[in-house]
Formats: sequence, structure tokens, C-alpha cells
Amino acid sequence: MSAFSALLMRDLRLSGRSGGGAALALGFFALVATLMPLGIGADLKVLARVAGGVLWVAAVLATLLSLDRLFQGDFEDGSLDVIALSPLSLENVSLAKMLAHFLSTGLPLTLISPLLGVLFNLPGPATLTLFLSLLIGTPAVSAVGAIGAGLTLSLKRGGLILPLIILPLLTPAVIFGSAAVSATLDGIASDGLWLLLAFSAAACLLSPFAAAASVRLNLGG
Amino acid sequence: MISSLTAENLSCARGDRVLFEGLNFRMERGQALAVEGANGAGKTSLLRLIAGFLAPKSGHLLLIADNGESDDGEERGKSIGWLGHQDGLKPQLTVREQLSFFAALYESSENTDGALDEVGLARQKHFPCRFLSAGQRRRLALARLMVSRRPLWLLDEPLAALDSEGEALVRRLMTRHCQAGGLLIAATHAPLDFAMPAIRL
Repeated sequence: MSAFSALLMRDLRLSGRSGGGAALALGFFALVATLMPLGIGADLKVLARVAGGVLWVAAVLATLLSLDRLFQGDFEDGSLDVIALSPLSLENVSLAKMLAHFLSTGLPLTLISPLLGVLFNLPGPATLTLFLSLLIGTPAVSAVGAIGAGLTLSLKRGGLILPLIILPLLTPAVIFGSAAVSATLDGIASDGLWLLLAFSAAACLLSPFAAAASVRLNLGG
Repeated sequence: MISSLTAENLSCARGDRVLFEGLNFRMERGQALAVEGANGAGKTSLLRLIAGFLAPKSGHLLLIADNGESDDGEERGKSIGWLGHQDGLKPQLTVREQLSFFAALYESSENTDGALDEVGLARQKHFPCRFLSAGQRRRLALARLMVSRRPLWLLDEPLAALDSEGEALVRRLMTRHCQAGGLLIAATHAPLDFAMPAIRL
């Protein structure tokens, strides 16, 4: 097994065990999405109209829950020192951790989103768009989040600052994602998914470098 | 293999506080070096500096290896076996999962079960690390150090939490490492009972 897949597998394994946070994020997402129709009321038209935005915001917030631990757990118990000295560059370490985070958080959220779409009376084509937008967009949330996780690495309770750093950076993802769902709902053509794909690709390509730089900064401290 | 490690006029500062300055030493293949000093003297900082986590305030560290020489911290890190004062173990993983992960991460073909035997954790192989005592955790960290197969060992208080049998194990591993041509630097506040030159911070 290569060093990259060893780290990926370990992080996936840890996220599935106690304190891992993968099930927590999924539960949070499902509960917020279930509460929302109860709060908004039974107007089916209104529910379908807000579904894209609400589910996207809920997905981003749920993904954030476990993001602050992306590097911090390893930093606090000294594993990060050992990982940093491995043959893997910190850029690849960041990439492996982002990928593990997406596979354990973003992907499960995406997979249950069609089910939650039913609660919002979302028609089939719009549900498909929602599913695709989350599939394309949640890797970007993990990627951008990794930068924030690296920056807040040495802060106690850094989890509270993390959303303030990365939520503004994620506004394009929320806008493109929910706009694509709305457009499908109205039956009009939209570039939302393509723009989201561009944003996600850029985030996934650039973030490993930024995250590695911020981790490097904190290893010295 | 490393043929030498040289520190020239090395100084280290954390914030405005200068921890040490004008530090010189030279180590050759098979040599060990103890770093002594009171709490807060900068022993751990020196190790982190050698590992490339910290940049020196001034001075040079030159590593000459068979495949060339370098004074780059990140490149130096790829020759280093690290035993920090924290053991770097995950409570949720079993002893064996933990060690196999490190072996794969370091692309080492070392026999992990053999290393566990050597450090006396063969019976605890399937225990999650949260059930281990502080001394057993230290032993697992030692097994990781063996499996990493790196030529330059940096040990931070290697005897911490170990019983007398564990201390003997550390000395045995250190002796074997040096005999095989490796280098090691051990930071300690108490004598290690191991024949090696010492620098005092």
C-alpha cells in the first residue's frame, strides 16, 4: 500500500470509529433538513422553492462540524509530526485528508439528499440536480475547509473561528448549487452546475498547497 | 545512509526569547549525541529544528548523505526517525493497525509483528491503544521508530514512562542503531546511562 492510501485508509477508519464525526455530520444534516419543513409549513410550492438553498446550507454546516479536527487531532497527539516526516509531502498529506473527509462526510450527505428532497416536495429532475450539485460541490467544502483547519490548527477551540474563515469563501458554492436547483425547478437552462464544477476544481487543486503551507507554519509553533 | 551531520553557529529563538546561540557540533556515521539541559532550555526546540519543523534564527545545519548533501529542513526530515515527547497514537486504533499504518506510511517493508515482539507488545496486538498504559504506549512508539528504518533518530526524553526493562530496551535499540551506522540525538534532562558525548544547552 502506498503512503497516500495508507493515510487515506487510516483517516477513513478513524472517521468511522467513536469520536470520528462522520455519523454525526450525517445525523445533523438529516435533522436540520427534517426540521426545516416543519418550521416553514406545509405550503408545497414554497418548500420546493427553498429546498435547494436550505439543503445546500445544511450540507455546508454539517460538513463544517468535523472539519476543525482535520489536522488538529493529529497535531495534539503528536501524530502530525510523524506524518510530516514521512515520505509523503505535506501537500499530499492535505490532499489525502481532504479526500478522506469528503468520502466520510460529503459523499454520505450527497447520497441521502434525494431522500431529504422528498420532504421538500422536490420533483425528480430538481432532485437529480441537487444530488449532482452536492456531489460536485462538497469536495470543495472539504478542500476550502482544509485551509481553515490548517490555519486554526494550534488554536484551542479553533472550531469556533473556522466557520468565520471559510464560510465567506464558500458563498460561490452555495450560490451556484442552489441556483442550479432553482433553474431546474423552473425548467430553464442554467450554468450553475458548470460554474460549481469550475469552483470545485479550482478549490481542490489549490487548497492542498494552501493547507500544507498553513500546517507547516503551525508545526514550527 | 548519512555520513555526517554538522551544526555551525546554530541559534534558535521562540518569539523574542533566544533559547540558545552559537551551537556547534559534528556527528559522523554511527555516533550518538546527548542533548542535556534544564526544563525549558530548548532541547525539544533543537530537535524540532533538526527535523525541519523550525527554522534556525541563524547558522546552518548540513546533512551529508550518500546521495548528496543538503541543508534544507524538509529534505532532512525524510532521513529522520522521530520519537517525540508525545507518542502520536490514536486511541481508536489497535496496536497492530497503528503500527501497520506507520509502516505503510513510511513505505517500510519491516516486519511489524517482529517489532511488536521486540518491544514486548506481542500479546497486546489486538488491543485498542486507549487500553495501553503510558509505558506501553512508549513501547509502541519505539516499535514505530524501529519500523521507520530512518538513519537519523531524534529522541525526546526516550526513557519517559518506561520501566527498567523498557529502559534496557531503549539502550539496546540505541546500540543496535549506532552499530548499524545510524546517527542518533537524544534530548534528556537526566543521564541516559549510555556512552555518548553530550552538549549542554
